Amino acid sequence: MGLFQYTVRRILFLIMVLIGVTIAAFIISNTVPGDPLVANLGQTAMSDPEIVERYERRWGLDRSLPEQYLIYMSNLLQGDMGTSIRSQRPVIDDLKQYFPATFELATLATLLSIIFGLIFGIISAVKRNKLIDHFVRAISVTGISMPAFWLALMSLYLFYFLLDIAPGSGRLSADFSGFSLQTGFLIIDSISAGRFDILKNALYHMILPALVLAGATMGIITRTVRSSLLDVMSQDYLRTARAKGLNETVVIMKHALLNALIPTLTIFGLSYGNLLGGTVLVESIFDYPGLGWYAYISATTLDFPAIMGATILIALVYSVMNLLVDVTYGIIDPRVRY
Amino acid sequence: MEKKILEVKGLKTYFYTEDGIAAAVDGVDFEVAKKETLGIVGESGCGKSVTALSIMGLLESPPAQIAAGEIIFKGEDLLKKSDKERRNIRGNEISMIFQEPMTSLNPVLSVGNQIGEVLRIHQRLKKQEAADKTIELLDLVGIPLPERRIKEFPHQLSGGIRQRVMIAIALACNPSLIIADEPTTALDVTIQAQILELMKDLKEKLNTAIMLITHDLGLIAEVAQNVMVMYAGQIVEYADVDRLFEQTMHPYTIGLLESIPGVDLEIDRLDVIKGLVPNLYDLPQGCRFHPRCKDARTVCKEKEPKLYDLKGHKVRCFKYSGTW
Ligand SMILES: Nc1ncnc2c1ncn2[C@@H]1O[C@H](COP(=O)(O)OP(=O)(O)OP(=O)(O)O)[C@@H](O)[C@H]1O
Ligand SMILES: [Mg+2]
Repeated sequence: MGLFQYTVRRILFLIMVLIGVTIAAFIISNTVPGDPLVANLGQTAMSDPEIVERYERRWGLDRSLPEQYLIYMSNLLQGDMGTSIRSQRPVIDDLKQYFPATFELATLATLLSIIFGLIFGIISAVKRNKLIDHFVRAISVTGISMPAFWLALMSLYLFYFLLDIAPGSGRLSADFSGFSLQTGFLIIDSISAGRFDILKNALYHMILPALVLAGATMGIITRTVRSSLLDVMSQDYLRTARAKGLNETVVIMKHALLNALIPTLTIFGLSYGNLLGGTVLVESIFDYPGLGWYAYISATTLDFPAIMGATILIALVYSVMNLLVDVTYGIIDPRVRY
Repeated sequence: MEKKILEVKGLKTYFYTEDGIAAAVDGVDFEVAKKETLGIVGESGCGKSVTALSIMGLLESPPAQIAAGEIIFKGEDLLKKSDKERRNIRGNEISMIFQEPMTSLNPVLSVGNQIGEVLRIHQRLKKQEAADKTIELLDLVGIPLPERRIKEFPHQLSGGIRQRVMIAIALACNPSLIIADEPTTALDVTIQAQILELMKDLKEKLNTAIMLITHDLGLIAEVAQNVMVMYAGQIVEYADVDRLFEQTMHPYTIGLLESIPGVDLEIDRLDVIKGLVPNLYDLPQGCRFHPRCKDARTVCKEKEPKLYDLKGHKVRCFKYSGTW
């Protein structure tokens, strides 16, 4: 079976996973004690029989649970995830607003953790047991073992209160509030508008939360890269590479690293999921208006349509990331059979 | 013999480990002339590979260190050269074929990439030129359908084909010296024969000097001009092939020859060389071979024999000291 068939099969599998996620989310929101009408409509709307009836018809509340699920799914497929109780807007619009912020943040954090994780892991393996190796390993252990909330609070304290160089809350400073978003991704929008001052400001707002988010992942990547590189460095084919007269940079960066990346790739995929989970906490602490922040607010206000929407979206992103990783795996490692 | 291209003088390669210092190569002298095939034999652990890797400059330091000696290649001492100068020689003028074809190729790079790489760095060939030359090389080492193989990865190839690829890599830049470290040991018997046939063919076509490390004295008899027998890091006998096989001198070499199946001798084969290779961290006093030697006398236990040179036939044994 080729890469193409494999990808198709994985996409089908992904769809099944998502169906599972929606079922789970649906069941949970239905087993929560209380009248879904009360839970979803709120007091004022409840007193209006017309709204109640419309709501019941739209979600099939007079039907059996499986039927309700099918109705929910068909609404979902049309982009209708219901209305957020708190914001009184369609959940899909809320997600469209908050998701880009988180996607940017998580991607930046992932990039940071991969870049630093790779650099540190390589240095650490090449200079094994030297002073720099011990130093790098100390950093990575710190990254792994510090809870994200603690790192977040400490960095806020340090950069905001003590040094006063951290930006305030939000994605942009107030001066740029007039900037109109096209895609919702500030990095893309600012570059396409040629507004590098906005790009700079956006990155300035993202960098602290991104670093906090990246910490643990970076530590894990550093460790994995180090250990798999050390493993690879004792392989016969590296002696062959040196016997060819290649210089040490090519030996490490081409012959060793490609092999060492194979076990590391899985970590990239898994850590993206961790990162998305971490955004709930970090975005709340840094008051950064993204999906994590939205999920947090929705949870504390028992805004079920919003919670379900956010859950499904996060599951979707996570699954797509893992799909990408698995496909990349097959590209890097020719031995992978599908 | 004509001009020598390699001359190793007093080479001592030591390993500094927690158990102490192991003199894996302990004062070895030899030469390789142009077009010569020098066979190196000896039991496991006697320092054959370490000698080869010292010439290649591929030993990891620490623990390895070349404690003394000169490795003169084309008139210049390799040990005095910079890392960069040695890299330019490695894989280019001196190349090496290893014992383990199954693990010596990089699993994630295509055959074409792994051969072409040598051509790109040493001969500065462009991608396409390197690809063309790679196909020629694959053809030269007898791999069918080279255009297709070039895109394949090591796991798709059999052991024999992988070793042919390794040979192609070694030949890529027309080296003046190839070091083949037990190139067939890891292969099936039928494949061994094919690879040997290939090496003999290539030898005739290309006339490269070869250092052939092997346990197989039969092979040496077939392809080598000179033979060097090593024991515990030292040369114990050196001669041209005819003399080595017809007027074998050292008791150790006699033991090795007797252990070849097919040589008629009325000795229990399992008994030929009793005992084990000595521990490098705890070498016996006197002659290193004496605990296993049938002919050992008191002098062998007390003094270390030097390498006696009897008209080009060298032997490290008191039997040939003239006072035996
Ligand atoms: N990395 C190392 N650290 C310590 N000692 C080593 C190391 N590599 C080799 N040696 C020592 O050097 C000695 C010679 O090893 P070498 O590999 O040259 O043997 P060989 O003659 O090639 O044997 P074989 O026929 O098994 O390949 C061995 O006895 C071993 O103890
Ligand atoms: Mg060896």
